[in-house]
Amino acid sequence: MTLDESIHIAESDNRLSFKAAQVLYAEADLLTLAQLAQAVRFRHNPERLATYAVDRNINYTNICTSGCRFCAFWRAKSHSEAYVLDDATLAEKLEETKALGGTHILFQGGLNPDLDMEWHEDRIRLIRSFGLNLHGYSPPEIIFLAKRFSLKVEQVLERFVDAGLSSIPGGGAEILVDRVRRMVSPGKANSREWLGVMSAAHKMGLRTTATMMFGHVETPTERLIHLFRLRHLQDETGGFTSFIPWPYQPGRETVQVKTMGGTEYLRMLALSRLVLDNFAHVQASWVTQGAAIGQVALAFGADDLGSTMIEENVVAAAGVSHRLTRREMIRLIEKSSFQARQRDAVYVAVGRV
Amino acid sequence: MPETYCITDWNQIGISTSDILNRITDEALAEVGRRFFAGSRLGLADGLACLETPDLVGLGTLASAARRARFGDRAFYVANHHINYTNICVNGCKFCAFHRSQGSPEGYLLKPDEVAAQICRSGVSGLREVHLVGAINPEPDFTYYLDLLRAIKTVGPDIRVKAFTAVEIDHISKRSSLSWSDCLAALREAGLDALPGGGAEVFSERVRQELFPAKIDADTWLAIHATAHRLGIGTNATLLFGHIETPVERIEHLLRLRAQQDETGGFRAFIPLVFHPGNTSLSDLPGPTGVETLKTIAAARLILSNIPHIKAYWVMLGLKLAQTALHFGADDLEGTIVAEKIAHQAGAETAVGLTREDLEQLILSAGLTPVERDTFHQTIKAA
Repeated sequence: MTLDESIHIAESDNRLSFKAAQVLYAEADLLTLAQLAQAVRFRHNPERLATYAVDRNINYTNICTSGCRFCAFWRAKSHSEAYVLDDATLAEKLEETKALGGTHILFQGGLNPDLDMEWHEDRIRLIRSFGLNLHGYSPPEIIFLAKRFSLKVEQVLERFVDAGLSSIPGGGAEILVDRVRRMVSPGKANSREWLGVMSAAHKMGLRTTATMMFGHVETPTERLIHLFRLRHLQDETGGFTSFIPWPYQPGRETVQVKTMGGTEYLRMLALSRLVLDNFAHVQASWVTQGAAIGQVALAFGADDLGSTMIEENVVAAAGVSHRLTRREMIRLIEKSSFQARQRDAVYVAVGRV
Repeated sequence: MPETYCITDWNQIGISTSDILNRITDEALAEVGRRFFAGSRLGLADGLACLETPDLVGLGTLASAARRARFGDRAFYVANHHINYTNICVNGCKFCAFHRSQGSPEGYLLKPDEVAAQICRSGVSGLREVHLVGAINPEPDFTYYLDLLRAIKTVGPDIRVKAFTAVEIDHISKRSSLSWSDCLAALREAGLDALPGGGAEVFSERVRQELFPAKIDADTWLAIHATAHRLGIGTNATLLFGHIETPVERIEHLLRLRAQQDETGGFRAFIPLVFHPGNTSLSDLPGPTGVETLKTIAAARLILSNIPHIKAYWVMLGLKLAQTALHFGADDLEGTIVAEKIAHQAGAETAVGLTREDLEQLILSAGLTPVERDTFHQTIKAA
């Protein structure tokens, strides 16, 4: 397949084959990819609108048995910096999030064997009691709890939904190819398990996002396999709201690779928008890329600028720290000739702009 | 001498103008594109259409065509060292976080041998250029500036010295009681090879009165560059944007540079400088966004048809945006720099220097071919 043929497929709104995606990724000019991606973006989201969320990342514990080689956030239980968030601190964070107009909490943590199902259910109820939605528990956490307490994935999900879980974040996907996972994250859910949790969640009516962490030990082909596995599941369930690709941020003691450039990120983002033709939304990652590239990404296929992230710990632990206020988020969107609109965790518009 | 770039057959250089124009989604921008490809010079309205277009990527494709027409897939960098010989300044520009007043405990003035010693310690193998700029410090006499240049040349006779903005040249010529032309000639005799483009800020008297009333005005800045050009000294040009200037003032700045270049032809590169508000008296302003920065760079590439190079100055843009700018009309990433001070005092978050490998990697991963150049934009052949 030639580049021209691949471009033609993309331009005529036909679904990209694996081969066509490979050719585009390897050969297409960056700005051509962007233009093709923008066409798909406007097909899903015809208005000149870009969305953002106001939420807070709360990491309930940094104690984790997984020991992923790309992670600078986790601590062993015996480490002086190990923590489990107490209720008073949690309540304070929730109060502050409400005051700032937040709609939900992104609630995730390490794989901590000391926290039982009841502990989690109590926390879910506490968060909901503040009138905030709970976007929490990525698939590796669900798999860990299921194994630890001999429950089925569906049972963990049902109990959490009963307690008030609203939707599930797409974290822990990394690269959905087990060769890669065995190298960088052998201690947590494999690719089949990750997809299985999302499939089960979708079938229960939970909406979820999907992510990809790229730019470490995976090959370009493995990045594409990741995208095609997501597209395949989305065909079956339709439960994914958005896709969020973000480049690996090397920390001081994690896998060492060259930090990815802005153009490589934009290229992957545009290709994702093209391949994932059944996803309504693609989110830009200002947290890893900074405000400038995050904003520019709105011209490369993204229709969402993510969240103001009142708090963020995981990327910050790798030494990358960017801050954006709601006002700045709106300015970035408007300076890109889009109208800004706040959304919630499942991409539904929030009453006020 | 002015090199005006005019392509008559775009297809011949592998650029399909119809493909580019067909994919532009903003009609006003497509009109700019048609005029550009037809060889017309762009004017104020065209420039404004570039800054205002919602089709950022479409604008990028036009500016990339202009870059490719000149340089194919090459992008340039230089092994250089930035040195600021003094921060003591009487001008007090509102956008500046670098200057200190006379008598300030943080004020400094480097001796010529200290400057030479810093260059010796730079750690850049095969250093090609020293970029030397300072401030309007009333203390040193004319001999100091000559000694500075001579001291640098003693480190390595092959090192090119790009020194003193037009603002400093005006000051130094007053200290020397020489005309600009005689002063520049004397400096060249002592080792000056080229002038940097700083101090242009925005060529708007309104903006000057508000932000930098003590600094030379646009006419003086341009006249000093014209004087250098007539002596055969090449220079750069800058625009400090994203503070209080209007889009019209931004484009008019570009048009004045183009008109000057038609007359004297000595500008080698244009460098759009992103305003950084930190620690300045304008710290309540946010600075330009990434999209505005890319649009300004692209507009500059399209309008400045007679200036060869457009630099993406990574110190102020950040590495990721500077790399992206290579697809929005820029062809040059500046250099290794080693120890940048001015933008960092104003809150720039980039490293203070990069290695050759860093620069080459940035260019390669943008899909372009890195080429090491000297101050005069001549290619350095691998030894």
